[in-house]
Amino acid sequence: MSVAAGPLRSDRPRGRWIGRLFYGFLLLSLVVGFATLGALLVQVFVEGYKWVDLVLLFEPPSADPQIAGAEPAILATIYLGVLLLAFTVPLGVGTAIYLEEYANRERWYNRLLEVNIQNLAAVPSIVYGILGLAFLVRGIGLGRVLLAGAMILTLLVLPTVIIAAREAIRAVPDSIRQAAYALGATKWQVVWRQVLPAATPGIATGSILALSRGLGETAPLLLVGALTYVSFNPTLLGDFTALPVQIYQWVARPQEEFRVLAASGIIVLVAILLTLNAFAIWLRNRYERRW
Amino acid sequence: MATREAAAPQPLRLRASRRRWGEDVVKVVLALCALVSVATTVGIVVALFEPAIEFFGEISIADFLTGTDWSPLFEPASFGVLPLVAGTLLVTACACLVCVPFGLGAAIYLSEYAQRRTRRILKPMLEILAGIPTVVYGYFALTFVTPRLQEIGLPVGVFSAVSAGLVMGVMLLPTVASISEDSMAAVPRDLRDGAYALGSTRLQVSTLIVVPAAISGIIASFVLAISRAVGETMIVLIAAGGQPNWTWNPLEAVQTMTAFIAATGQGDVPTGSTEYKTIFAVGATLFVMTFVMNLIAIRLVRRFREVYE
Amino acid sequence: MADVSINLAEREQQLPPKEFREVVFDVKDLGVAYNGNRALQGVSLEVYRNFVTAFIGPSGCGKSTFIRCFNHLNDLIPGAVVEGKILYHGEDMYGPHVDPVEVRKRIGMVFQKPNPFPKSIYDNVAFGPRVLGMTDGLDQRVERALEQAALWDEVKDRLKASALSLSGGQQQRLCIARCLAVNPEVILMDEPASALDPIATTRIEDLMHELKRDYTIVVVTHNMQQAARVADMTAFFSITRGEEGQRTGILVEYDATSKIFTQPSDKRTEDYVTGRFG
Repeated sequence: MSVAAGPLRSDRPRGRWIGRLFYGFLLLSLVVGFATLGALLVQVFVEGYKWVDLVLLFEPPSADPQIAGAEPAILATIYLGVLLLAFTVPLGVGTAIYLEEYANRERWYNRLLEVNIQNLAAVPSIVYGILGLAFLVRGIGLGRVLLAGAMILTLLVLPTVIIAAREAIRAVPDSIRQAAYALGATKWQVVWRQVLPAATPGIATGSILALSRGLGETAPLLLVGALTYVSFNPTLLGDFTALPVQIYQWVARPQEEFRVLAASGIIVLVAILLTLNAFAIWLRNRYERRW
Repeated sequence: MATREAAAPQPLRLRASRRRWGEDVVKVVLALCALVSVATTVGIVVALFEPAIEFFGEISIADFLTGTDWSPLFEPASFGVLPLVAGTLLVTACACLVCVPFGLGAAIYLSEYAQRRTRRILKPMLEILAGIPTVVYGYFALTFVTPRLQEIGLPVGVFSAVSAGLVMGVMLLPTVASISEDSMAAVPRDLRDGAYALGSTRLQVSTLIVVPAAISGIIASFVLAISRAVGETMIVLIAAGGQPNWTWNPLEAVQTMTAFIAATGQGDVPTGSTEYKTIFAVGATLFVMTFVMNLIAIRLVRRFREVYE
Repeated sequence: MADVSINLAEREQQLPPKEFREVVFDVKDLGVAYNGNRALQGVSLEVYRNFVTAFIGPSGCGKSTFIRCFNHLNDLIPGAVVEGKILYHGEDMYGPHVDPVEVRKRIGMVFQKPNPFPKSIYDNVAFGPRVLGMTDGLDQRVERALEQAALWDEVKDRLKASALSLSGGQQQRLCIARCLAVNPEVILMDEPASALDPIATTRIEDLMHELKRDYTIVVVTHNMQQAARVADMTAFFSITRGEEGQRTGILVEYDATSKIFTQPSDKRTEDYVTGRFG
């Protein structure tokens, strides 16, 4: 192969074909993801759009699919969301501040704490359900109530919030901290008045994404007793079912009509979660700061 | 210019005028927040292992780990966990068949082939997949994938490991793609430029330079995906079946460890009964399996962060 | 350099004689180590009230490390250890029970890169008074600080605008105003003009001349002309290499600026100011 005189086009058709084949495989990889997403959305929509109506939104469940709705489940999911934010944001941000601003990395217990949080983020959600069953429902006798569900979801998404908040706090440049210290601010004044405001968009984005993850969870709620027939609107210390659990109940029934009802419920659930996700992404793009 | 009002030296005092108790209180409060995570781990370990140990007081651990018959509800009850483990592994294997090659392919495309703008659009779209609730995937497996499998002539029933596994694989695709892509992005530009300068093609740079350099992150993404597959509940609960089945045939219905826990724990099992304790024995097994994989993944991720950052 | 020399000679005439100088900082045998590596060793000098004192030297000579000792900023770096003494009006700054917050109230700092807070111009200047509880007459305080920093006329109509919308030079003057707003006695400046263009640099230097009347200024600079233009006293730092090649900063010579630049007593200083080194 004479390099000096050779043309600049490839003279290796075999290599070119392998390259194209590889490229085709890479595209296929993406197609697998997107085609499945598309098929899923189409399937759910085609099946369920007929029954996304006032009955679904404002009626209690029933053994008769024609008049069955999901109002208690939807309300419970909203309550769970509010509680989830109220519990996770202070705990998650507090932990993140501790790790980023106060903890001495040299100390073994702080390093252990970090690994512990990373590991908790990957513990199967059903294990959190077992924790809830053993401690909250049976152990301290809270019973199968909405509050127990909210607490278990809190523990479940807490690592996600912590990790997101830490990243947001870490992204605040040190020069800001130094400037504030140099003016005589105390540590907490630096954190509260400079670091946290600057990290707020990142924290908010992470918290909303975590919220959306928590609201889509089903398995841990099954174990804290959300799989019940609830025809009344939920209270903090009463029986409850959540929207994903309601969907599961409908999917698990053999009758075709309940499958359709499940699809309708999924439309509502996915609409809520995708709205949350879109809001989080918008927030991130809107307030993204380049230092 | 006006003379400074404090021209006379302020009384000199470099000690704090008073102890700033507030600062200490804040630190304690923050540490308590952090302690919640520790308490969670301790809680999980205690909640799982205390009843599990009681359980192993009644049932021999050897029988549990080697028995091939899982029928805790029938007389004579039998507590061999292997069918549940096999079911779990079978579904996990099906999931890996999808998420490992295609997740890696998507990562290579995003990191090495896509333009910046394309990546900025494709990546969040791909992550939508990870944001869909698992109960929805379960519904999709049951009502869409299983009928399609039957249409192409596979002898699957209403419930099968393969249907649940394939859908789970797609769900995990963004996990593999995103962690692998992160580790590929951490490979220094120079390494690529060096290879391109030698006349390598994009294919060669991707497979011979970038993938080996990012290998610890890529493996971490696989391990994490496997751990997630092992721990995933709703898809298998809905689409894989409800009967323990000692089989290696993915076309059959199986019950996984998670599905067993969910199916047993959702009812009114009497506290303290052997049946109640099976939840914890299986849960502990599940926890140990995923815990080991998670630690491996965390290690590997830390390694690629250390090498290039 | 000729006009600078004349200027220098004039300026030396204006300096008060030694017996009338008031010592603000008396540094005695100061050393700093990061995780056991000595960054600076054996520094002793005096900083006088209403003087501009410049620290010059090649990069890595520890001059930035040194200036951060005056407001306990090295405390924020894990593993940093300060040895020796700095007496601030006779009070040991590194003695037991010294509170960094009290120190920083009196000793302000301006950094190398302008680092305004991502807040409004007003809030930037008001931050210091607010955290120190000096909120009476905050508006006047902010206005006076901005005037002293020669920024008031440029920003008085947009105090609520983001500080990040200002130009680099304006941002640095805002940082100076921010530091003046808490009425410090000393202003530390760590290469305050190194990220700025020549015009903005000139404005900062003019400002230092103005501020010297009311404040004591310590400035680190890598720009010798700048030291010659603004400083009354100049300290030249250099690097020694230990037996294993570790680099440690030392103080070579400290004297009136005119002396340092025209008749240094140390060969190393001469090499540096005449451009033969660094």
